[in-house]
Amino acid sequence: MSLTKYESQLREPLVNGNKTYGQVTNDIVHTIEVKPTRLWYIGFYVSVVFLLFGVYSVYREVTYGIGQWNVNKTIGWGWDITNFVWWVGIGHAGTLISAILLLFRQGWRTGVNRAAEAMTIFAVMCAGQFPIFHMGRVWMAFFTLPYPNTRGPLWPNFNSPLLWDVFAISTYFTVSLLFWYSGLLPDMATIRDRAKTKLRKHLYGLASFGWSGSTKHWQRHESLSLVLAGLSTPLVLSVHTIVSFDFATSVVPGWHTTIFPPYFVAGAIFSGFAMVQTLMLITRKVMNLQDYITLGHIEAMNKVIVLTGSIVGCAYLTELFMAWYSMVPFEQDIFFKYRIAGPYGWSYWLMMTCNVISPQLFWFRKLRRNVTFTFIMSIVVNIGMWFERFVIIVSSLYRDYLPSSWSVYYRPSIWEVGFYLGTFGLFFTCYFLFSKYFPVIAIAEIKHVLKTTGESYKDEMSALENKGADSFYDEMHHDHHEEGTVKVAHH
Amino acid sequence: MALKKFVVGCFEDEKVLFPAVAKVRKSGYKIHDIYTPFPVHGLDKAMGLRETSLHTAGFLFGLIGTTTAVTFMTWVFTKDWPVNIGGKPNFALPAWIPITFELTVLCAAVGMVLSFLYICQLAPFVKRHHFHPRATDDLFVMVIECGDKTNEAELSSFLNSVGATEVNTQVAEEGWWIGRYDKEQELYKQTNIA
Repeated sequence: MSLTKYESQLREPLVNGNKTYGQVTNDIVHTIEVKPTRLWYIGFYVSVVFLLFGVYSVYREVTYGIGQWNVNKTIGWGWDITNFVWWVGIGHAGTLISAILLLFRQGWRTGVNRAAEAMTIFAVMCAGQFPIFHMGRVWMAFFTLPYPNTRGPLWPNFNSPLLWDVFAISTYFTVSLLFWYSGLLPDMATIRDRAKTKLRKHLYGLASFGWSGSTKHWQRHESLSLVLAGLSTPLVLSVHTIVSFDFATSVVPGWHTTIFPPYFVAGAIFSGFAMVQTLMLITRKVMNLQDYITLGHIEAMNKVIVLTGSIVGCAYLTELFMAWYSMVPFEQDIFFKYRIAGPYGWSYWLMMTCNVISPQLFWFRKLRRNVTFTFIMSIVVNIGMWFERFVIIVSSLYRDYLPSSWSVYYRPSIWEVGFYLGTFGLFFTCYFLFSKYFPVIAIAEIKHVLKTTGESYKDEMSALENKGADSFYDEMHHDHHEEGTVKVAHH
Repeated sequence: MALKKFVVGCFEDEKVLFPAVAKVRKSGYKIHDIYTPFPVHGLDKAMGLRETSLHTAGFLFGLIGTTTAVTFMTWVFTKDWPVNIGGKPNFALPAWIPITFELTVLCAAVGMVLSFLYICQLAPFVKRHHFHPRATDDLFVMVIECGDKTNEAELSSFLNSVGATEVNTQVAEEGWWIGRYDKEQELYKQTNIA
């Protein structure tokens, strides 16, 4: 059996430094076994403060009602739904990295997939808060579920995109969580078997479900990961498609367009990768993981950002073109009078600058590999993508069909902003806890690719490269033949 | 659930492991299992394990999700309580595609993960005997079950000769039991039958 999977020497190594399997374990698990740094404590407590402010803001909204927010009859979906779409979008990059890039056999995903998947789960948790509390009477939230009730039973409307959202988001959360945790089991076992303290042994023993590393278990685990990746791929596309249906199936000018599903999915991946960059750049620095999250990883993600950013830009221009081409006065007014101009024109141009113009700088390799520049860009893109949702929602609503109900200015109340800040608190509290108690890099997966893509193992490929294709094929063929005879002998 | 005697050989490199597996099998020893820190591709084939059919389970669970969604929505909207929604037909299959799809994915994923945990016997509070603590770190641990006629000394030196860096004999419970990892348990009481 030829063990070496061929990997071109021209490819950048995915793991830098002269690493053995043992060192990989040590590098990644070490941070879990020592006391967190001062920086971690500061970050964690700041997040908790934000979270508490969010909890208080939500308390105000639940106790006194939706009137605590400045949304009105005309602009019914203000900050709240903007934040919902923004957070869901952020989650998408995690699934793209863990599922779609697995199916495409992109080796570089191994360095970042664990943290990106965690980000997905936390982002979806944050996203879910918004539609739930937007209901106003949040204690009635379970009315959205199709359960046999005493009202008839009166079932929810299965033809409504808002109900599709309930199913899509909850499925997305569940499947992401299962995918993430099944991948974590072996790594939890690694921590368990190294644990020195009793408490750690017990807790990681619980968390690892008694994982032993048996070959049969690994074989099933591989099958499970592959199928879950195959399921998550259409799932992640469906989730943001359905979110876009919330808008696209309505008859509001500016929302009622068929371009929405692909445009939303591209935007989701765009903003999600920006958030992954923000988190990864901090994580690799604080936890000293530069050997695993390399400049090559950062560059690869920047390439995705410039691609999806351009797709989004293309969608913006298509929208404008279609508004003009349709010759529908409502459509034209929304786009040309109320969206790119008018009192909210500034938000449109902010969106254009952040999402379409500035990411074009990533065509330069030097900038793609510049850590500081990438960090700044990741924040810029996230601001831009928040404004994209704000533009879509508010600029389509504030001047509707009835001029008497036009609402010119919408400013969020402090509790509306507080709710948003609170989800930041929730997100970062979860992320800080994750980075302290969970392996932020998939240990087993890194070991799996170490011998083909590790910096110190790259030289072994030169022997294969000198060999020539024919002899390589012969060798492989010979191996399979031998394997066959073993099987026959066994039976 | 039974105590068995095992000879354990630890390998440090998968390049040594693969020829060793072939030699061990050729010599007629029964490999109980090989514990590895990461999935070693091809090892299952080298050990002669059959392909897993877990993905078939996933497909069947998905099918259950699809049928549940379609039949339930059909029953609700055509039989139990037909509602006129914008004059659209009650049997609105295209509008049900999203929910049908989501339920398919949900059932397939949940069903498959539960099947995986069940067939591998993995759960919180499940405890096993681990032959080497570094099996989840950097060692490939080959465990060979001893039969009545197995000569342990011979097997040990054989494992050494095929490249094992550490060889020992262990008497262990082969199944799982309920326990905690921070506590050692005495699974069997020594009883002297007079």
